Amino acid sequence: MTGTFFILAHPFLTSAYGAGSTIAVATGLVGYLLVLRGQVFAGDALSHVAFTGALAALAFGVDLRLGLYGGCIAFALLLAVLGWRSGTDDTVIGSLFAWVLGLGALFLSLFTTSSSGLGGPGGTSGVNILFGSILGLSGGQARFDVVVSLVVVAGAVAIARPLVFTSLDPAVARSRGVPVRALSTGFFVLLGVTAGVATQAVGALLLLGLLAAPAGAAQRLSARPFRAIWLAAGIAVASMWTGLTIAYFLPAVPPSFGIIGVATAVYMGTFAWTGLTRRRGSAAPTAAAGAIPIGVPGAA
Amino acid sequence: MTTHAVNATTLAGPTLNLIDDVRRMLALHFMVNAFRAGAVAAVLGAVIGWFMVLRRQSFVGHTLAVVSFPGAAAAIWLGVSATVGYFAGSIAAALVIALVPRTPVGRAGGQESAVIGTVQAFALAAGALFVSLYGGFLDSVTGLLFGSFLGVSDGQVVALVVVAAVVLVTMVAMARPLFFATVDGDVAAARGVPERALSVAFLVVLGCTAAEVSQITGALLVFALLVMPAAAAQQLTARPVLGLCLSVALGLVVVWSALGVAFYSTWPVGFFVSTFGFAAYLAAAGFRLTAGHQARTVRKGRTSQVGGVATA
Repeated sequence: MTGTFFILAHPFLTSAYGAGSTIAVATGLVGYLLVLRGQVFAGDALSHVAFTGALAALAFGVDLRLGLYGGCIAFALLLAVLGWRSGTDDTVIGSLFAWVLGLGALFLSLFTTSSSGLGGPGGTSGVNILFGSILGLSGGQARFDVVVSLVVVAGAVAIARPLVFTSLDPAVARSRGVPVRALSTGFFVLLGVTAGVATQAVGALLLLGLLAAPAGAAQRLSARPFRAIWLAAGIAVASMWTGLTIAYFLPAVPPSFGIIGVATAVYMGTFAWTGLTRRRGSAAPTAAAGAIPIGVPGAA
Repeated sequence: MTTHAVNATTLAGPTLNLIDDVRRMLALHFMVNAFRAGAVAAVLGAVIGWFMVLRRQSFVGHTLAVVSFPGAAAAIWLGVSATVGYFAGSIAAALVIALVPRTPVGRAGGQESAVIGTVQAFALAAGALFVSLYGGFLDSVTGLLFGSFLGVSDGQVVALVVVAAVVLVTMVAMARPLFFATVDGDVAAARGVPERALSVAFLVVLGCTAAEVSQITGALLVFALLVMPAAAAQQLTARPVLGLCLSVALGLVVVWSALGVAFYSTWPVGFFVSTFGFAAYLAAAGFRLTAGHQARTVRKGRTSQVGGVATA
């Protein structure tokens, strides 16, 4: 109990918990929509673009966030322009982001050679971008992250209802006059911003976990989209707090591992839980794709 | 592609005599080993990658590729051979992903992609943990992630060749039924092709390939060698044998030219591998677009037949 008070006595920890909570809500909401739309691979691609964008900014000596958000949003818009949907052509995205990652390797080497050699500050920031540095957030950065995440949350809440509709039944949604194309573009932009802000928390390589694991768990626990989406946000926040606390008490554990580890454990737990309930013969609340659309017109 | 690579080598070399440059490069034993290991990785990545692209399992392939990083990090932390770690990590992840049934292509809302994403992020997070526990050096982290082709020993080359031979023989043995099951799953199942077993076996093969290739390119850039030559080849032809040969040829050209250019450059080899691969893919896609356009004006229906197998 006293340990909890100690945690909040450190300003860098209040920054981490504050920014971490809002980032977790944003990734939980956006992640649920991402999993529902079957576009997790786009999150994977964006995580690598985030790395390259941030390192490009460092290599050229501009603000890191400029490259991070610029790269992510540009790539997200590119996905939207290509009209990418899940399962259409993964190899285009795959080839593209593999090349972007190669560029990232180049920027990493340019940046590390320009700043006092390997293992110097250059190497450290490269690894920080990859694996996150939530405990190193300054007050100003934390406030920036909170504002950006709140914008993402507002955006996700605004488009959630029509987006769920179009994701589950595009043909009917289009005939009802829902702007499918605009929604898809808007969602990609939202995803790009989310990738940028989550990179600050858990790092470019791990943000996929914060997008996929709480969403996957929520989808297993509830087939009702508007309950599950908030469940995903809740699981993400709980993972963030638990992970940060574990990292605080066990210094050898990087905070990013704590956060992703807890989220993964929760997801694994839902497999055990639905496995048990299914064996008992009750209707398992897994996301049977056929069951979801029924709830949508009623909820709308 | 070849002329492009040749030009780049010529420009990057300190002399403009290409043959002389290559001879000087191959006088160094570590470069010879790099070329040998690169060839093994290219061939293996191109063949297995061709099936990966055909099966639309890019996301799985990418995940299996990056999970070799925690495997290697754990092996270094525990003080065992990193090679063992690479393979253990990738094969373990392949088996975990095999537990989840595949979502039919094009259907949203499946659990498969959420599981794959979680496996990938958790594995990378575990890698960060092992590195932190080891208390090691940042150089080794970037080495594991982005590769270092300069330190391949003779013994490693032999090990790479042996593993590649085993993987390729397995692949050849299951190539026909796997192709059948991929292109027409329902008919294959009706004919008694063990689809599920083949799917699991292919994931393990893919994991072994990722582990093998990542020892050369680093965990993050394996994917370039898996996806790019294969995707380029499938843009050019839908015929399996021709496509596989094309894929292997492209892979070899990409890796060897990248190694050659990187030798005379200060930029990392991974950058050249992915850039040359992407250039090959773009060239193939552009060729297909123009060829398809011509074919459409001459004779309708031919292009849809070319694209048919790649999208099946």
